[in-house]
Amino acid sequence: MGVRGAPSGGSGRVDWAAGPELAFLGLDTLWIQVTGTVCNIACKHCFISCHPKNDSHPIMATEEVLRVLERARESGVRDYYFTGGEPFLHPDILHLIERTLAQGPLSILTNALLLDESICGALGRLFRASEYSLDLRVSVDGITAAENDPVRGPGTFDRILEGGRNLRVAGINPVFTVTTVHATYEANEGRLAFIDRLREHGFERPRVKFIPPFRIGREARRSGGYAPDAVLADGDLLPGEEEVLLCGSSRTVTARGVFPCPILIEEPGARLGASWEDGTRPIRLSHPACVTCHVEGFSCRT
Amino acid sequence: MSHVAPAERVALFGGVYNNWLALEAVLADARAAGAARVFCLGDVGAFGPHPDRSIELLRAADVATVQGNYDHSVGHGLEDCQCGYSDPRDNHFAAISYDYTLRHTSEESRAWLRALPREIRTSLGASRLLLCHGSPRRTNEFLWESTTPAPFIRRLLDDADTDVVVCTHTGLPWFRFLEGEARGLVNVGAIGRPDNDGDPAVHYALLTAAPAGPPAVEIRRVEYDHEHLAREMEREGILAEFVETTRTGWWTTCLEVLPAKERARSRF
Repeated sequence: MGVRGAPSGGSGRVDWAAGPELAFLGLDTLWIQVTGTVCNIACKHCFISCHPKNDSHPIMATEEVLRVLERARESGVRDYYFTGGEPFLHPDILHLIERTLAQGPLSILTNALLLDESICGALGRLFRASEYSLDLRVSVDGITAAENDPVRGPGTFDRILEGGRNLRVAGINPVFTVTTVHATYEANEGRLAFIDRLREHGFERPRVKFIPPFRIGREARRSGGYAPDAVLADGDLLPGEEEVLLCGSSRTVTARGVFPCPILIEEPGARLGASWEDGTRPIRLSHPACVTCHVEGFSCRT
Repeated sequence: MSHVAPAERVALFGGVYNNWLALEAVLADARAAGAARVFCLGDVGAFGPHPDRSIELLRAADVATVQGNYDHSVGHGLEDCQCGYSDPRDNHFAAISYDYTLRHTSEESRAWLRALPREIRTSLGASRLLLCHGSPRRTNEFLWESTTPAPFIRRLLDDADTDVVVCTHTGLPWFRFLEGEARGLVNVGAIGRPDNDGDPAVHYALLTAAPAGPPAVEIRRVEYDHEHLAREMEREGILAEFVETTRTGWWTTCLEVLPAKERARSRF
C-alpha cells in the first residue's frame, strides 16, 4: 500500500509506549478507509473530524484498494469493512464492493445520504449475486429529526430514513447504527423503544447497533475530551480480552498507512507503519479512547 | 483434545438442544446409513425439554461428544450460556432457555458435560478431521456460510494443521471445500431445532471417505415426531415462541445473530 506520510493532528499528549500490550491473534477483520476523512457532512460527534474538505486521509486510489484486497485474500482475512468519511463518495465504489464480495463478506458504514434508488438497486444486485453477505450500516442519531438533526445536520433524518427505505426495497435490510450521544439509548429500555419506532417507520425487522461516543476528534469539542491520565495500566485487561476487542484481530488501512482501529486514525502515534507486515505486531492500548472499548466491551464489528 | 480411530464413513451432528426425540431418530438414521462412528459436536442442552434424557441417550450409545459452550456453562453452573449473541433481543431468549436447562440438568449429567473434550481429532480415509463446536480456535465462534470465505477457511485449516474442520454452533448446515483441494469445512447444523426453512425436520452430516479428493458430504434430512416434542415443551411451560419453531420449522428467536444472507431467507 502506498503511503504519503503520516497524518497530522492528534492529541499529542499520549505516551504510546505506555499501557498494556494486547496480543494480536491474526487478521480476521480488515477495515479499509476507502474515502479517508472525506465526508459530505460534518457530524458534531465525529471521532475523526470528517468533513467535505478534510483530506488528512485522502480518498484511496482504486488500484491501492485492489492491492490491499489481494494481500488480504492471501492472508486469509475473514471479513471486510468499508468506511470513511462517506464511502459512497468514492468514484469506483460499486466496483470495489463487487471485488470485495468476490472474496468475503462486507459491511459498509454510510450516512445513507447518497443512497438513491439507482445505487440501492445496484447494491441489491451485488448482494444477490455474491455467496457472501453484504451489510449496510446506516448511521442515525435518534429516532426523530429533533434528536438526529442537531448532531448530523439539518434535514438529514428524513434523508437517512429515505436511504434506508431504498435499501429495503432493493432487498437489503440495513443495520441502523446509533452513537449513544443521547442518554436514552444507553439503557436497554431506550434501545428496545428505538427498535419499536423503527418498526413504525416501516422497517419490519429492525436491525440495530449502538456505539458509545469516543471523545476525540470533533466529539472532544462537543463533550469535552478525555482526561489525559484516564488510560489503561498494565494488568487492567481481562483474560482473553484480545478476543473481544477489535484490535486483537483487526487492522485499519488508509491512504496514509496501517492503524490498529478505525477510531485512532487521526492520532499519528497510533500509526503502525506503511506496510502490511507493520500491522501484524501486537499493540499497546495507550490512548484514553482505548478505555471506552475496554470498559464497554465494545467492538466496531457489525 | 481426544483422538478417535479412523473410519470410512462417519455421522456428525450438533446442537441437540434437549431434543431427545430427534436424537433418537438421528442415531437410528446414522446406523441405517452405515456410519461406523457417530459424533456429537456439542450443545446438548437449550431450547427443548428434559435435558437429562438426551445426555443419557448419548452416553448409552457411546457417542464421542465435543464440549459446546452450553455444555461448558451448564457443566460449571455459569451465569449464562456463552452463546456469543450481541443483540438484546437474542440475549433475552437465550437467557430464558439457559435458565430452564440449567435448573433441570442433574449433577451426574453436569459432571459428564464438564469432562467433555473441546475438540476431537480423527481420520476419515486419508483425511484428517478436526471436530469442534464453533471453530478450532473458539468454542462460540459463529461460522456461517455467508461470512466464512474460502481464504479464511484455508487459514483455519493451516493453523489447526488439519484437512477438514467439522463444526456446528450456528444451527444451519453448509460446507465449502477449497477449489481443487481435498480440504475444507463442514458445518453440520443442529438436530435440536429445524434449520429455519419452514420444514420441521432436522439435519446432520454423513461423511464418506473418497479415494481421491474431499470426503463426500451428505446433509441428511431426518423427520421425527416433532408434534410429540412440541406437546412436551408445552407441558414443561417452555416459551410459546420455541414451541412454534418446533412445529413450523421457522426460527422465531435469536434471529439477530443471522448474517444478511441467512436472514434474507428467514420468515421472521
